[in-house]
Amino acid sequence: MIAESLQLVVDSTPFLLKGAGYTVLLSVGGMFFGLVLGFALALMRLSKILPLNWLARIYVSFFRGTPLLVQLFVIYFGMPQIGIELDPIPASLIGLSLNMAAYICEILRAAISSIDRGQWEACASIGMTRTQAMRRTILPQALRTALPPLGNSFISLVKDTALAATIQVPELFRQAQLITARTFEVFTMYLAVAVIYWILCSILAHFQNRMEARVNQHDQEH
Amino acid sequence: MIVVEGLSKQFKGQTVLNGIDLTVQPGEVVAIIGPSGSGKTTFLRCLNLLETPDAGRIRIGDISIDANRPLGGQQSAIRRLRQQAGFVFQNFNLFPHRTALENVIEGPVIVKKTPREQAIELGRRLMAKVGLAGKEDAYPRRLSGGQQQRVAIARALAMEPEVILFDEPTSALDPELVGEVLATIRGLAEEKRTMIIVTHEMSFARDVANRVIFFDKGVIVEQGEAKALFASPREERTRQFLRKFLGTAASQD
Repeated sequence: MIAESLQLVVDSTPFLLKGAGYTVLLSVGGMFFGLVLGFALALMRLSKILPLNWLARIYVSFFRGTPLLVQLFVIYFGMPQIGIELDPIPASLIGLSLNMAAYICEILRAAISSIDRGQWEACASIGMTRTQAMRRTILPQALRTALPPLGNSFISLVKDTALAATIQVPELFRQAQLITARTFEVFTMYLAVAVIYWILCSILAHFQNRMEARVNQHDQEH
Repeated sequence: MIVVEGLSKQFKGQTVLNGIDLTVQPGEVVAIIGPSGSGKTTFLRCLNLLETPDAGRIRIGDISIDANRPLGGQQSAIRRLRQQAGFVFQNFNLFPHRTALENVIEGPVIVKKTPREQAIELGRRLMAKVGLAGKEDAYPRRLSGGQQQRVAIARALAMEPEVILFDEPTSALDPELVGEVLATIRGLAEEKRTMIIVTHEMSFARDVANRVIFFDKGVIVEQGEAKALFASPREERTRQFLRKFLGTAASQD
């Protein structure tokens, strides 16, 4: 029985790896675009220009206040009705990125706001522009604060990519569904998939720890 | 030369600065004293626009800012003015993620676009000048408060400013660290650098400043040659303040 199960896992490995490939692609892509858009949103949230501020607020409120699954369905199944048809992978990548951006916006906004006003003033006092101050002084310090929650969001994202299975993306969880539909080895396959997610997230957590250690290095030096 | 005309500022309807006029000659050291809440720190912060004045004009060197006009259109002039006016904060405000030397060269490299090698050379010279040769690679949190404040002074000097503004530079320091910072500022005074110092160190003000200004309730109550003002203040409010202050400080002198 155990031998059979192991054999099934071994036989399924190529499919699972292919699925894991998509899972990684969606995770890395979602994180990347989420960071870019999330940073832009954070700047809007911190902006004194009220319309920009409100726009970012509404965005964050909407994407945090609705289920990711519903967002994916709107993009994949809903948008064709208004003439925008997307393949499963772009649709899920867009959905995950938009959703991540909302959370990343809040993380970055909080981290940037947490930097002491004196740091802005010190930059201003030597004649820096706000952009220079942001790039040289505020962001490097804010990122140290933001790194742990960003890492946590990244790990959540890896797990959330499983929702893309519902819109036909052949990622890890979807592969397991396809295999179990043929073999009925439900317990073994889903357990194998769980272990693979676990391994992926553990690798991420490891990198997160190393990055945090590196960023905090200067606290220990000298 | 610094010329301030009619500088006014209100916080929530309360007048903090009420039409301040002040001229500071090159090489002059001016100490500003006064009770807390008198507006002296706000005045200093207005000089380089860290605080936005409601009205008045500020000229430092060849840069003028007119607070009677909208400041939005004067942003680049404000940045140039700030390069002319080094600022030393009560709480140092060093960049914690940069070494002492990196703190000092940040302005020259990023704002003035000085070649890095040249800025490093300048930075090392200034670190030595403030008595911190050998601490170039230390991060701020590894330095004592006095050392941090001296790095902050070097950072201000690195912009080669027309004037240096000190906002209670020793108020956040442990008593045993005050001396080293005052000695550094005294050294700058001996070089005939133009400085405006808001301070509670009365004996320092008397010994180092050429002129002392007594601030109270948003106006200059009295000003004069430092030793004369301390020896024989003309205004009753100044006398009261000095009596209270020297009464408690005398025991430390």
